[in-house]
Amino acid sequence: MLNFVLILVFISIILGAFRFFKGPSSPDRVVALDTLTTVLSVTFVIGALFFDNKVLLDISFVFAALSFTSVIVISRYLEGDNS
Amino acid sequence: MNLKKFLSTFLIYLVFWTAYTSSLKQEELLIGIIISFFLSLFTYKSFSQQKSDNNILKRLLSFIAYIPIFITEMVKANIDVAQRVINPKLPINPGIVKIPTKLKSEYAKLFLANSITLTPGTLTLDVKDQNLYIHWIDLSSEDKKIQKEIISDKFEKHLEGMF
Amino acid sequence: MIILSILGYILILIGSIFLLLGSLGIVRMPDLYNRIQAGTKATTLGALSAIIGVGLVQPEWFLKTLIIALFIVLTNPIGSHSIARSSYKSGVKPILTSQIDQYKDKYVTKESSDEK
Repeated sequence: MLNFVLILVFISIILGAFRFFKGPSSPDRVVALDTLTTVLSVTFVIGALFFDNKVLLDISFVFAALSFTSVIVISRYLEGDNS
Repeated sequence: MNLKKFLSTFLIYLVFWTAYTSSLKQEELLIGIIISFFLSLFTYKSFSQQKSDNNILKRLLSFIAYIPIFITEMVKANIDVAQRVINPKLPINPGIVKIPTKLKSEYAKLFLANSITLTPGTLTLDVKDQNLYIHWIDLSSEDKKIQKEIISDKFEKHLEGMF
Repeated sequence: MIILSILGYILILIGSIFLLLGSLGIVRMPDLYNRIQAGTKATTLGALSAIIGVGLVQPEWFLKTLIIALFIVLTNPIGSHSIARSSYKSGVKPILTSQIDQYKDKYVTKESSDEK
């Protein structure tokens, strides 16, 4: 059951990475990054259940916080770029 | 120093710490108290305080009434987007519309913007004064009243009571 | 107990399906703003459902997972809103089949009045 779920999640990571590397403009890459980091933090939580290891939950929380700040910082940077 | 504001910030941090560690052990609580004390010392100034016309009971009740509405809208939104993504023809008809709101409080506007972003086919681009600019994936009507009815009315009622 | 964990596994499965649909959305959609729509909505519900599901399977983790889920639900729309606005201002044109763009008029006039 969890193996199947992890396969689904890995497919979505590959799709997100595809958009991240292909994305014609930099905002496209940021959107892909945003989606990718959300998927990755869910992967950590599912991994916590899979390996029965509580530490991965903390990693997921910190990862989500860091990805949120990085997305905000990058989009602020892009906004200031042209004005 | 605003003691009431400091104390409420401290208490909120402590509650989150206790819920996050999910334990009532003495050492955990002690570390939590120390960390929340210093964090709230440095950050309590950045939270804004505001007066509300509604009493606390009404705000709590409208918050509780808001949650199921939000969750059903979110599930509907996702089924909608899922259908569009799976459909090989990609049925989209995007446009950007302006929706006026009568909410005054900044927090209420934040909640409204976030809720609109998470509900069917709409994405908040910007909030300026009393207007929200919304990217709509399927522009079904050009009438302003109907647009407002579809997008924001169901949330606005409850948010008015909440803030 | 068993009912809770079965419910949890169902939620995890639904969540991962929505994550997959969200990623499929950002690959398939034709322009940036539609990609943001698909990416944000589907992944937020997917994350919420999968994380709460894990909390139901392991009840002693429930509060922790609830806080993580709450954090993701609160921050994800802010992030996508920020990307959308910044890319609009840095000049990424949306594909608009309906030709309606009420933000442009307002934004352009606002900018020119600022310059004066």
